[in-house]
Amino acid sequence: MSFLQNSLPYILAGISVGGQYALIAIGYTMVYGILRLINFAHGDVFMAAGMFMVFLSASLPLGAAVPLVLVLTVLLGFMIERVAYKPLRSAPRMSVMISAIGVSYLLQNCALYFTGGLAKVYPQLPWLSDTVTIFGAVTKRVTLITPILTLILVIGLSLFIKYTKVGMAMRAVSKDFETARLMGIKVNSVISSTFIIGSLLAAVGSLLYFTNYASVTPTSGGMPGLKCFVAAVFGGIGSIPGAVIGAFIIGICENIIKGLGWTTFSDAFTFALLIVILLVKPTGLFGEKATDKV
Amino acid sequence: MKKALALVLALTMIFALAACGGSSKSDANTVTIGVFEPASGDNGAGGKQETLGVQYANSVQPTVEIGGKTYNVVVKYVDNESSNDKAPSAAAELVNAGCSIVLGSYGSGVSIAGGPTFEAAGIPAVGITCTNPQVTEGNTYYFRICFLDPFQGTVLANYAYNELGVTKAYCLNKLGDDYSGGLVKYFIDAFEGLGGECVHEEFPDGNSDFTSYVANAKAADCGVFFSPVSTEAAQLIIDQVVAQGASFPLLAGDTWDSNVILQAAKGKDVQVTVTTFYPEGADASFDSSIKAWINGNSTNLANNGGDDTVAAVTAMGYDAYFFALAAMQKAGSTEPAKVMDALWSTEINGVTGPIALDQTNGDAIRNTAFVKQADTATGTWIALDPVTVG
Amino acid sequence: MDLRKDKKKDMLCTAVALAAMFIVLLVMELTMKSTSILFTVMKKGVIYALVAVSMNLLNGFTGLFSLGQAGFMLIGAYTYSILSMPVSVKMGESVYKYYDCAIGIELGIFPSLILAGVIAAVFAALIGLPVLRLKSDYLAIATLGFAEILRALFQWDAMGPVTNGANVLRQYKDLTKVKIPFTNIQFPPTLFCFLVSGICIAIIVLLINSSYGRAFKAIRDDEIAAEAMGINLFKHKEMSFVISSFFAGISGAMLAMFQYTVQAAQFKTAMTYEILLIVVIGGIGSVTGSCIASFLFIACNEWWLRFLDESSNNILGLNILRSGFRKVVFSIIIMIIVLFFSKGIMGDREFSWARIRAFFARFKKKAAASEGGEPNV
Repeated sequence: MSFLQNSLPYILAGISVGGQYALIAIGYTMVYGILRLINFAHGDVFMAAGMFMVFLSASLPLGAAVPLVLVLTVLLGFMIERVAYKPLRSAPRMSVMISAIGVSYLLQNCALYFTGGLAKVYPQLPWLSDTVTIFGAVTKRVTLITPILTLILVIGLSLFIKYTKVGMAMRAVSKDFETARLMGIKVNSVISSTFIIGSLLAAVGSLLYFTNYASVTPTSGGMPGLKCFVAAVFGGIGSIPGAVIGAFIIGICENIIKGLGWTTFSDAFTFALLIVILLVKPTGLFGEKATDKV
Repeated sequence: MKKALALVLALTMIFALAACGGSSKSDANTVTIGVFEPASGDNGAGGKQETLGVQYANSVQPTVEIGGKTYNVVVKYVDNESSNDKAPSAAAELVNAGCSIVLGSYGSGVSIAGGPTFEAAGIPAVGITCTNPQVTEGNTYYFRICFLDPFQGTVLANYAYNELGVTKAYCLNKLGDDYSGGLVKYFIDAFEGLGGECVHEEFPDGNSDFTSYVANAKAADCGVFFSPVSTEAAQLIIDQVVAQGASFPLLAGDTWDSNVILQAAKGKDVQVTVTTFYPEGADASFDSSIKAWINGNSTNLANNGGDDTVAAVTAMGYDAYFFALAAMQKAGSTEPAKVMDALWSTEINGVTGPIALDQTNGDAIRNTAFVKQADTATGTWIALDPVTVG
Repeated sequence: MDLRKDKKKDMLCTAVALAAMFIVLLVMELTMKSTSILFTVMKKGVIYALVAVSMNLLNGFTGLFSLGQAGFMLIGAYTYSILSMPVSVKMGESVYKYYDCAIGIELGIFPSLILAGVIAAVFAALIGLPVLRLKSDYLAIATLGFAEILRALFQWDAMGPVTNGANVLRQYKDLTKVKIPFTNIQFPPTLFCFLVSGICIAIIVLLINSSYGRAFKAIRDDEIAAEAMGINLFKHKEMSFVISSFFAGISGAMLAMFQYTVQAAQFKTAMTYEILLIVVIGGIGSVTGSCIASFLFIACNEWWLRFLDESSNNILGLNILRSGFRKVVFSIIIMIIVLFFSKGIMGDREFSWARIRAFFARFKKKAAASEGGEPNV
């Protein structure tokens, strides 16, 4: 019992952070699946969602602010794709990735400018921010809600991709860009909807994440973003269940490492795990094997 | 080719803009004081409050009489971004502006990193609240007007051991941060010297998940949580301590003496105690006039964190400005080299107490630290008995 | 026209231009105030130029997308500062405050600089063995991961006796300690940076133009075809990776010399991104582009745009100029370059006298045409 009581907080924190990572990792994995692009700006979209919430909740009631945050984040994701990635569709892949780094740089600097460099306190969401006690471990209610909400969203997304026309188009585009276009699929709108879904999930993730860690800084998207990408690669990039499982594994491992007192290596461990999996199974846990055509 | 031409044209424009923007407006009747403070990054909030003190002092006394001639004081602010690698170029910017003396910085790491640039240029620097001994140790160009970490660490350890009566302390500092790292080391030395026991951990840069650290402290049965980190991290720590329902009090150094902490702790079941340079209320006339000044301008109010609590670092910034003026008056010149010589023997009576420097490293001779506790019901500080050592 | 004669003439031109640059630099350093920000920017610019060229060697010439540059700079910076720190400082209390320094030797500036490169190269060789099997994005994320792991390793408490934990290293031999050989006169610091970087970049250029360089380019253009032509893929990739890291290490060491103090915390992923941006702005696959871009990048970031941060420069009562505005403008400029000039300043071409001549010839023709041509409407 005492073992459970001692280790439970870490595991709870791990599951919760894993769920939040999962929501962001899906955005990475979907975009990579379709565009073969590491969307470095995705972590900053997540941060921007946090900033929207901070500024909107200052003047609006929460009931109005939360939907507005979701809408604004989706709009931001959509705009980024249209302005920064679409013009480079035929350019080398490296250029698009640089463009992503540029967008990330721009978002961070805009946030820096508007906040004046100060950390902003995230508003307390009623009910979610309340503390609860389970098995003697005290935590915020959001910790318990996160994994449940994540699973619901992921199942919904999987059904969406499997059974709707847009979902089918997405799968087709990620299999073969050119052929999908020849089959009459509007590739641009499929890509846009990918970004919309990714940003929406990132916005939900940011609501959960910042309720738990209640301060937003311009760089708070950086590390989570990188880790979520690692999670996506870990699970096999392009695969949604892979990204989710990868995110949970990374979230839990990270917290256990901290619990063991190896705090210096909590970030480094994530990358070490990634390198090991890449060497053993280069396509990740659930990735499909790619074959080179000569 | 058209594109290349456009690019060249754009760059020329930038350069031209920069040329007219960058030209300094100095003339024979001005003296420049450089303010080397972070306005962004981890220590942005604290740096802004410290800068406010200088700005206020400058508005109180915008001219100075040196050697029988009246000079206008121009204050040149530069943002060192709380980052050691940006510090040298920010320092070079101040040197380039022709400063006679430099004040700052909040955060010891950037002061250590920027120091050699001032040394190379022969400009004296006065640390306002950088408490790590390494800032001034073994050099003759960096001075400071606040107490040092070995002193502060001892005071805090004594407070924890004697006043709080705990024998096991949890210490958390940020990896690679000279300020928190140094203070924690001195705290541990003193606390273990008293017979206590410490659990020491570090968190990496950019960390926002303090769940595990608080859980570690709980699991180890520590009686006090000592974490003298930046205010950005402090908010998260307080939040997490409350969320996990931990019962131990929080203890920290001068960085936590900020209204950011008060706002984070307000209305929550947590006990926060800090050591600091200046307790609000010690000088009523200073308090009331600076409050009026802060409230009179929305930018100042925002930079002070949204209310008019007088942070100790603001009072220190105010004193530092007058200390710099006094040094220049004593030197009878605005030449950096003469100001540097004069600093050793400059003395003033500031709002934070009398300031004089010792002759070994140019550190302030201070043996009193003020202790404050957050009143979570009203969101204000309660002054406890100050601690005097030696 | 005789091509060989032209080439000889071009080389002479280049040599004269370089010599002129160094002489101008020397005169500037001797006559101008040494604390001028111009020199600060030039020093940092040339240091970044070296690391950008080394990254270009990997990304632009070998087609290996690596994001580990900051990690190798970190190794270089630490190796240099630890080795060149006087023993008296190491044994004293002023730097190794919480640890007893385990390194009891002190080396001169040049041995330390070279060892900084060598140690970075050794680490690169070890890291390269596993990661160079990976392709494109996977390689990028793995090298980025290694850079982060290195950073954590250097900050580790157990490494304290060597690296001073996560605390700053200082009081080693910085740029002001460089002396002219056999004398006690200070070597002009900016000139020193230019000389060291210049020699390193020259070596990289020679390498690119050698048969190895041609093999690198073949790998970049088509791995499978290159392999079919008998190029040992792994050997050449590893070689490019190791050489690039060697120069990144030297550049890191010079960065340490330049900024007087060094700390692992600064070598973040953001630093690699900055270098990558320089490479892209200059043009992937262009050495001269990287050099030009690095000066422009550093000057814009740290000097020219600073006036945007000062609220005293606001005009028309608008309150848009305040701390942070500089960076917004800067990132917008970068986005414009990336979107509209995606080939960068130089594309994949190099600076050449022939192009300059052609440019002026065309310019003259145009001018002549507009003068003698139809009147302007």
